[in-house]
Amino acid sequence: MDPDRAVLLLANDNKAQHEGPSVYAQARPGAGQQAATLELRDVTKVYPQQPRPALANLSLKVGAGEVCVLVGPSGSGKTTAMRLINRMIPLSGGDILIGDRSVLKRDPVKLRREIGYVIQQIGLFPHLTVAENIATVPRLLGWNRARTGARVGELLRLIGLEPEIGKRYPAQLSGGQRQRVGVARALAGDPPVLLMDEPFGAIDPINRNRLQDEFQRLQQGLRKTVVFVTHDIDEAIKLGDRIAILREGGTLAQYDTPAELLTRPGDEFVAQFVGADRALKRLGLQTLAEIELLDAHGIDVGDRRVPLTTTLRDALSRVLDAGGAPLAVVDGAETVGAVTLELLGGLLHDGALGERASGESAVR
Amino acid sequence: MIVFASGPVIPNFGGSSAAYACERANRLFCPNWVSQNWSTVLWPALRQHVVLTVIAVVIGFGISTTLALIAYRRGWVERPVVIVTSILYTIPSLALFELLVGVPGLGLSRTTAEVALVSYTLLIMFRNTLTGLREVPAEVRDAAAGMGMGPMRSLLRVDLPLAMPAIIAGVRIATVTVISLATVAALIDDEGLGAPILQAISNEVFKTELIVAGGMAIALALLADGLLVLLQRALTPWTKVRT
Repeated sequence: MDPDRAVLLLANDNKAQHEGPSVYAQARPGAGQQAATLELRDVTKVYPQQPRPALANLSLKVGAGEVCVLVGPSGSGKTTAMRLINRMIPLSGGDILIGDRSVLKRDPVKLRREIGYVIQQIGLFPHLTVAENIATVPRLLGWNRARTGARVGELLRLIGLEPEIGKRYPAQLSGGQRQRVGVARALAGDPPVLLMDEPFGAIDPINRNRLQDEFQRLQQGLRKTVVFVTHDIDEAIKLGDRIAILREGGTLAQYDTPAELLTRPGDEFVAQFVGADRALKRLGLQTLAEIELLDAHGIDVGDRRVPLTTTLRDALSRVLDAGGAPLAVVDGAETVGAVTLELLGGLLHDGALGERASGESAVR
Repeated sequence: MIVFASGPVIPNFGGSSAAYACERANRLFCPNWVSQNWSTVLWPALRQHVVLTVIAVVIGFGISTTLALIAYRRGWVERPVVIVTSILYTIPSLALFELLVGVPGLGLSRTTAEVALVSYTLLIMFRNTLTGLREVPAEVRDAAAGMGMGPMRSLLRVDLPLAMPAIIAGVRIATVTVISLATVAALIDDEGLGAPILQAISNEVFKTELIVAGGMAIALALLADGLLVLLQRALTPWTKVRT
């Protein structure tokens, strides 16, 4: 019974990922724009007076509604790649397509109104209230007052801020609140594509984790096509449907799902970049709810128990903590199965781990 | 429209009225004189002074803001502008007034006075406006462009509003400077609060009008400065929020 239940939960979880929690589905009435595919074709950027290109022949495709994380050491051109998409810097070669339209054929100013833009320093307008900040793009798009006001209220709710906060100035907000407002401002025009340049880089680790979780929830509901730049491989693994690892000199080292990168890094550089603990990171991709648990009957679990929502990585830590002894997995008060060192090790070994999450989002 | 006549200011001392006791005793300050000459001498002079100041500050603001906006887009413009306006700023005011009188078409006129006064406002307002614009945080400008604001829209909606505290600070200094310098301008344009002051200087003993007119110039400067502070608060509500 227990394994069946785990499979059932797994299926439910998949469904939830597709439809998004209803809260967020409700929170976006009037959200009309479908996410668009994004394709970089042989994109090259050479800065004047620099001998080597900042970005060399980068090609990658991002499916509609996918999160593509650009990650790499400094000097790998990841921010450059992102800023080429909304033409904040001009392309030297190649082409970028949103939907099937080349960004080069668009007026850059109008193009940017259809691409959400979040930067690390946030760049809220200090002389405008939070509500006015969020209303920036709707105003540029010529929305009327009623529609703009409704949209601002909707977004404040979406990011979990009280309506009164709309009247405040950015200087009166905490760092985390500012970051949320930055995201809300980027989403205000309901753009099909969202660019995020180290959006949580300047936030303390605890709040960063919270903002990452919030972003994941938002994205489940919104399904924007997101290009996310970070230098933090853990953040990339956590948030990305696909990760493009760039190396110095602006060349693509590998473009793959997190599970694939962790399981089969293409070369030494990628292996080093994802870290020696990549097996553990793979375990971090999934929770106990997503695997087939052992039947708890006949296994001596003592009084050791972990909730079903625990990641496999944390479960392993608990098992090791208990000297390698098995644990009971509980859903509320009910025991739904057991987990052992052998089970976790076996999952890593047969390579099936993580295929689900990535497989799901890579489709469509 | 020279209201103040250059005739005798001190009333006839030969009269027997007790009202002139102070003047006859040649005291330093005679309140009676002030009340008798308020509507004919002091009030018109004050109004002229305000007009002189407003014209100079408005024209100076227009010129220096235009130059600052050009220099904001094209950095090389800054140096020549700073050099020229610095030279103008350092010329002693008396010398500048006398020099300008000799320029054909200017002569002893209000225009000549305004040319001199405007030239003293340029450096301050140019510097302040340009600094204010350049201090707009790079990430704010980046966000404005990234949201889809064109350069002109970004300038009007983001850069200029954010530079406003610095711009108004420049206007405040320029205004106070002009109010003070405009008294000297009476040398070539016999109006404003400088006129009674000059009159008193040429009169060796009677100083009441100098003291009153000088005091009025100081009060005018303080009042103008206070009004500009209020204007700045009204225009930049975000600067006074508590964090």
